[in-house]
Amino acid sequence: MKKKNLRTRAIIIAIVTLVGLYLVIGPRHRPHLKDFGWSGIKANLKSNIHLGLDLQGGTHLVMRVKTADYLQRLTEENYRAAQTVAQDAGFEITGGRADTGAGNHRVVLDLADPSKATQVKEAVQKKVELGDTTSWTFAQSGNQISWTMTATAERVLADNATQQALNIIDRRINALGIAEPTLQTHGAQSAHQILLQMPGVQDPERVKEVLRVESRLELVHVIGPPSPAPPTTYATEQEAINSLNSGGTIPPNRKILPYKKRARPNPDGTPAPDQPTQYVVVETPGIIRGEELRTATASQSQGGGINDFEISFALNKSGADKFGAWTGAHVNDYMGVNLNDKVESIAYIRSQIYDQGQITGNFSKEEAEDLALTLRSGALPASIEYLEERTVGPSLGQDSINAGVRASLVGLALVIVFMLFYYRGSGVNAVVALILNMILMMAGLIVFGATLTLPGIAGIILTIGMAVDSNVLVFERIREELRSGKTVASAVDQGFNRAFVTIIDTHVTTIVSSMFLFVFGTGPIRGFAVTLVIGLLVNLFSAVYVSRTIFIWLLSRKERVESLSI
Amino acid sequence: MFQILHDVNIDWLRHRRWFIGISVALMLAGLGSAVIRQATGHPAFNLGVDFKGGTVVTARFKQRPADDAIREALNTKGVNDATVQPVTDRPDTVLIRVPLVEGQDGRASVRNALNTFGTEAAPNLELNADPNAAYKIVGTDAVGAIAGAQLRNKAIAVTLAALVGILIYIAFRFEWTYGAAAVIAVFHDVLVTLGFFSIFQVEVSLNVIAALLTLVGFSVNDTIVVFDRIRENRRLHRRDPLYKITNDAINQTLSRTTITNGLVFLSVLALVIFGGDVLRAFSLALFIGVIVGTWSSIAVASPIMVWWEQRLDAANRAAALTFNQPRVMKAAGAASSTKSTKQIRTS
Repeated sequence: MKKKNLRTRAIIIAIVTLVGLYLVIGPRHRPHLKDFGWSGIKANLKSNIHLGLDLQGGTHLVMRVKTADYLQRLTEENYRAAQTVAQDAGFEITGGRADTGAGNHRVVLDLADPSKATQVKEAVQKKVELGDTTSWTFAQSGNQISWTMTATAERVLADNATQQALNIIDRRINALGIAEPTLQTHGAQSAHQILLQMPGVQDPERVKEVLRVESRLELVHVIGPPSPAPPTTYATEQEAINSLNSGGTIPPNRKILPYKKRARPNPDGTPAPDQPTQYVVVETPGIIRGEELRTATASQSQGGGINDFEISFALNKSGADKFGAWTGAHVNDYMGVNLNDKVESIAYIRSQIYDQGQITGNFSKEEAEDLALTLRSGALPASIEYLEERTVGPSLGQDSINAGVRASLVGLALVIVFMLFYYRGSGVNAVVALILNMILMMAGLIVFGATLTLPGIAGIILTIGMAVDSNVLVFERIREELRSGKTVASAVDQGFNRAFVTIIDTHVTTIVSSMFLFVFGTGPIRGFAVTLVIGLLVNLFSAVYVSRTIFIWLLSRKERVESLSI
Repeated sequence: MFQILHDVNIDWLRHRRWFIGISVALMLAGLGSAVIRQATGHPAFNLGVDFKGGTVVTARFKQRPADDAIREALNTKGVNDATVQPVTDRPDTVLIRVPLVEGQDGRASVRNALNTFGTEAAPNLELNADPNAAYKIVGTDAVGAIAGAQLRNKAIAVTLAALVGILIYIAFRFEWTYGAAAVIAVFHDVLVTLGFFSIFQVEVSLNVIAALLTLVGFSVNDTIVVFDRIRENRRLHRRDPLYKITNDAINQTLSRTTITNGLVFLSVLALVIFGGDVLRAFSLALFIGVIVGTWSSIAVASPIMVWWEQRLDAANRAAALTFNQPRVMKAAGAASSTKSTKQIRTS
């Protein structure tokens, strides 16, 4: 064999091995001698290899944004706004409705005079976002006019809502101070799912609570006689509807909301018994919406006990202008804080207020802090539900690492012993290739920033199997060629050439199927596919190129090689 | 040189009816188990929370109460139909499975019940680091109905897609009959393994699907090694019939098959024994898979391929002759043409 060829091969292998080894056990900073001591290597290994949540411990949450609710609310809001605008413009509206449901979001108005349809349409579209023809299709039939949401708009709006929810969840998580979270959309775009992974978080309950809160805040006018009369509340929803004197229906500019007055906690800190839920009538749309909030902080109520907290908020410029004007005109009227369609507190306007306010309601410290946090981060466009929740404590993760490493080592040891016993000298060759495979596979995982998961360890074990198979294929072939009377050199040559075709076919098939797993698979299956693909690619190098080089070197040491230990 | 299985000469294909019969019987057994269970109102498979929805809580105790005590505590606190399963390699740990209940947080309700035995360790503390704690929830898997169905559909879709990928690649490298035979063999492996899971009601989780995919890889690997040899032998010995070539290929690769699969079998055995409970179902699926995969490469894939190729060959020859007829007629006249057709029929 040509000496020069051998040298090039040796240099390539040496470089790849050293780079791989450094990637696995070397530090990412400028190396020190102490980085290569036992504890240094251990620390480097730990920081180089990204462990999946199942090994490292942490929480994995999959949530779904309820986009259908969002579209429904949007349609209903538009319906109310359209009706109010049309009436304010002097047109007589005899009825109408908001249809909701997938593929059927529609705002319908019944006109007293169908000939005014165009004028009503123009008046409404001037003030309500129904004029965009890519989002809403206008139609008239008899005295009814309607705007139907297009399929494109349904999709785009739902996607936007998901994206918006993602941003808000991101803000809330950062505010909670969670280290290194991974937040991304999950699955198909149309599924509207979000995946959140939080390494190290063992008990996700508080996080889940904080993320779930929609935090749709609205300051609303509570209908009723002004102070000093107490705020007008009703014992049942029906009573509240009856008070409107509108024949059992709720006019579009009114809403009935539940109101539960929170009792002040007992002095010893235990919560007081619940008060019955009451109902209030409020004006809609509200005065101020949550988007106009500048800040929100939790603080202890003045004169309140240890467990009596409130949330102080400040409004931005446009909010303050509106709020100032409204409170100026409504001194002594009652104002309510509507949070997620529940009135949390009611207060009367003592004097004109501009940009400050409080939400009082005997909150506990944690409740108040979480509420302030969610108000600051903005409202979720729609509520979310949890589809999947997986938590792994660090001790459980460590158990899995131990089990996986133990099983891999036992498997590896069995293989090594057998190869040395069965193939003698050439077995050494196979063992070198196997160990190199393990090192380079780890290096590959690091280079691609892949995470090692429990199924990933299974992938490693499968790779050991495939790597041994390549060696066995080659060695058996060489033996066969030797038996048929070929010289050692040509038997090795033939053995590698013939087996190579098979090795390529088996590897490519497995890589092809693993690619499917990687692209379409979920968490654990993906982790498996990644290690397998990397392991197989590395194997083509270690079991074919490296192993062959060792044979070439063995053969080059003597002029004529008579026998081969195989 | 030490050698097992030297110069074997077994007529594998002679037993093909037996082979296929045994495989069909195995598949029918699994299928029968699934169908009978389904018909008698039991679930065909013991689906884990990944696919069925529900919650599994892994709790670790300082002093583990008896399983019955835990069950009773759960019942008292209104957590019904929970199963308590000890972890064999961790005596201080139990798995508590709670079915999916609308509007109920599985983890919270299990915690509520476990508080009967003392308090849980603080969220940021390990169990032993908290002197006041009696237990700690060290892991949860909660999957809702939507996610369960989604994971199930995805697992099936991914497996089928992987099979199609394999079929296309083998068809591209060999013939499509080879690809089809390999895919049928692999499909057989998946069915037999799933059948085993149905008969013995081993829990099917996401990890089991990963194991099924692993065995798909392994089995195809084995099949390709044989097919590759067939392809090579066909080039070297053009005159030999496919029947002989296939038998030779299986025999020539038999020592490789034995060594590789033996080693893989041993590694998987190590996984079953040392891999712990977390990996148990996974290793078990692989364990069955390795055996079935080795079997199917020899006993299913090759016979199907040979049978198919022979039928195609016969059809091709017949088609070629019919196509040639006009020329035959021109050369030798109508009478000899009928004679030659007759000969084909009798041959």
